[in-house]
Amino acid sequence: MENIIELNKVTKRFGGITALNKASLKVTQGEVVGLIGDNGAGKSTLIKTLVGVYSPDEGEIFIRGDKITNWNALKARESGIETVFQDRALTPQQSIVKNIFMGKELRYPFGFIKEKEQIYEANRLIREIGFTSKLINAESPVGNLSGGERQGVAIARAIYNNAELIVLDEPTNNLSLNETQKVFDFVLNVKKSNRSVLFIGHNIYHVYDISDRFVILDRGEVVHQLNKNDISTPEELMKIMRETIKTH
Amino acid sequence: MSNKNSYLSNYFHRNGRALGSIGYFILLMVIFFIGAPEAWIRPNLHQSVFVMMPTLIFLTIPLVFLVASGEIDLSFASTYAVAAYVFALLVKNGVDPGICFVLGILTGAAIGALVGTLIVFFRLSSLVASLGMLFLLRGVILLLTNSRSITIMEVENHWIYPLLVGNFYGFPMQIFWAALFVIFCYYFFNKHVFGIHIQHVGDNTVSAEQMGINVNAVKIKAFMFVGVGAAIGGIFTTMITYTFFPTQGFGYLLLALAAVFVGGTPYWGGLGTIIGAVFGVGIIAYMEIGIIAIGWSGEWRQFFNGLIILLALLGHRLHGERVR
Repeated sequence: MENIIELNKVTKRFGGITALNKASLKVTQGEVVGLIGDNGAGKSTLIKTLVGVYSPDEGEIFIRGDKITNWNALKARESGIETVFQDRALTPQQSIVKNIFMGKELRYPFGFIKEKEQIYEANRLIREIGFTSKLINAESPVGNLSGGERQGVAIARAIYNNAELIVLDEPTNNLSLNETQKVFDFVLNVKKSNRSVLFIGHNIYHVYDISDRFVILDRGEVVHQLNKNDISTPEELMKIMRETIKTH
Repeated sequence: MSNKNSYLSNYFHRNGRALGSIGYFILLMVIFFIGAPEAWIRPNLHQSVFVMMPTLIFLTIPLVFLVASGEIDLSFASTYAVAAYVFALLVKNGVDPGICFVLGILTGAAIGALVGTLIVFFRLSSLVASLGMLFLLRGVILLLTNSRSITIMEVENHWIYPLLVGNFYGFPMQIFWAALFVIFCYYFFNKHVFGIHIQHVGDNTVSAEQMGINVNAVKIKAFMFVGVGAAIGGIFTTMITYTFFPTQGFGYLLLALAAVFVGGTPYWGGLGTIIGAVFGVGIIAYMEIGIIAIGWSGEWRQFFNGLIILLALLGHRLHGERVR
């Protein structure tokens, strides 16, 4: 499988603090990678480097095997990497379709909006990622949706923006069991469409359920990587995480 | 069935506020009709309303855009006079009134840009900053004119007069222009990138910014649009009366704001309704003129204006609180 992105021994420092220390991470097409680590382990620095908000001080970044220099947010988006922010960047009083096309509306000349095309496309997108309720369509206001469904709108928007890799930053935070399951269903549909997901979370059980591979981060270093096949229960993952962090 | 329900509920989400203000308007008409049928069937009551409505529409509709973007402007009532002053002064000095009209409107846009830039870049409260501008601009006008008015009979023989404010088979031309303005604004607000971005910005500034919308530019443009609307209103009124008054526009300040909110646009941003605002203007204009027409004394006017604002606000509460 082709690597969508590969970070090779990436280091990022802020003043005297080394937030990332020779961290390596790759995501291949169609896989869900779970990134775990305690608060302050460097998860957020790693993600922000991955999506181009930070440029690394040392190390290399490869996109589909090609080395990229002067990595930045624009290049990341052009490479098909989309982030779903923790607050999801939605406007709740507006409809789903307006949210999906926010800032990237389909336009006629003079800036008028191709409303019918947008609604058609938005309906297609939300069905594709797994909205099944007949009560929800592209014109429903986002404010009427549950937390998990709102996450789905943000994921649908990422797909519309031609995302090959969707970075989900703590997508199941503050969600009920039922809502978490909805988010998992969305993620599985993304995977089914041969796109990749980087799933960040500090709930080991959530990360375990959804990911194909795990990357454990501690104090700015990638201390362990393992496949789901290597273990059989989330408790095992928890144990490995504890041990690697302790010995590290 | 459930599918139908979702379309119905989406329809009410989109149009509920406009429908509410249409309902109020109809209710008010019925009350007037029952209360004073003789006054109501006299055409001159409606004529007076139709003369007043265009000016209020030019002031109110752009305010819907601004309020939906999460800001407010009070200075428009003075911008109204400044633009009219520029227009009248240039006409008086022999400049072609067509050119004066354009320059007057550009003045309005420039003042809007100034107010907007001040508020956006210095992160001032739009309520307080525009209140300051309201007094400041009015002060400038009073100082420049020495509180004297300017008469411009010159415009009467220019083609711009019959085109903009002339008589068309008994209808004042400004009604057509106001109607065109409403139709344009309806599409501008609901089907144009500008209106859509305004709604996103007013709804959640941070989200809009994250998705690449230039929040500051959107807000400044909304302030400019208010300035343009105020300028059109001011210049039209000046042409209709052939006179520029240094105090003109002040009376419209609270009426236009009332029309926005009675029309169903909530104060918190993200939502707005153009159709609702038109009926809001209708309600305010009929209140202003209707009370007198049915033979009550002018003292009642303010009382009923206040009452209707409060009732309308209570009614629009039925559409619920802000969703987050």
